[in-house]
Amino acid sequence: MINGIVGRKVGMTHLYTEAGTSQPVTVIQAGPVFVTQIKTVDKDGYDAVQVGFEETKGKKVTFPEAGHLKKAGVGPLKVLREFRGSGNGIEVGQKITVDIFEPGEDIKVVGTSKGRGFAGAVKRHHFRGQHMTHGYMTHRRPLASGATGPQRVFKGKRGPGHMGDETVTQVGLKIVQVDAERNLLLVSGSVPGAPGGLVKILKAEKN
Amino acid sequence: MRKSAILESVAQPHLRDDLPEINPGDTVKVHVRVREGGKERIQIFEGTVLAKKHGGIAETITVRKVSHDVGVERTFPLHSPMIAKFEVTRRGRVRRAKLYYLRGKVGKAARIKEAR
Repeated sequence: MINGIVGRKVGMTHLYTEAGTSQPVTVIQAGPVFVTQIKTVDKDGYDAVQVGFEETKGKKVTFPEAGHLKKAGVGPLKVLREFRGSGNGIEVGQKITVDIFEPGEDIKVVGTSKGRGFAGAVKRHHFRGQHMTHGYMTHRRPLASGATGPQRVFKGKRGPGHMGDETVTQVGLKIVQVDAERNLLLVSGSVPGAPGGLVKILKAEKN
Repeated sequence: MRKSAILESVAQPHLRDDLPEINPGDTVKVHVRVREGGKERIQIFEGTVLAKKHGGIAETITVRKVSHDVGVERTFPLHSPMIAKFEVTRRGRVRRAKLYYLRGKVGKAARIKEAR
């Protein structure tokens, strides 16, 4: 059992449901992925299935990686990712496609959010900023960062800094459609990152 | 395959193929499905097409009419199943793509010449 697949975000569009409402969807080109290693508690300290995604030219893969892939009996692959969980019923070298998903299934998607660079406090933490008029000459500064009492700034005080380009998990999504022929997944709503970004699509834990 | 081509092909089956040619300046009757108390009926909204926004499945038209001296504008998604049909009743001759200037005109000034 593997509980997910790797893909690349294609973009968003919308469809119309039978009820007549509009359903926003994100199109993800997912898989096929090839199992490259099965990790076990005994050997590696945890259970996981490692898969490779996106065939590439041989010279694009580093020598150690090429050896690792050769051992698994799969061609040169660009991306390696792991899925936690035991690899029961899965063999090394096995091909996994979008077939593991069914329309209507609950999923979550892990991706890397769009990088915003060094962002101000207004954009990064939704500080209110100051007014634009009445001769006031500061507009988007964080202003005071604490009281005079402690004579220092507390750790973790929100302020300007690097924003985005971090791993984000979007939960509460559903599979809308599975196109096994073209390896496409249509997911309800939005997923983190820009089009072309690498995403992991995981089955949501049942509770 | 290009990303945009994939997106278009995904939306393709949801496009309707029974659409008449609609251009800004035309007068159209839009048959809207209205659901009230579990029942469905058709409501007709007739007016002038002010603008057409393109974009595949997201294509819309903005229709304006003057009802009881109040201007009313509605924007309809062209491919929505909530619209039973579009009917073009009159073709207008206009020289621009967006007729937003009609909002500031009333009565005789808000007329559009018929195309021939």
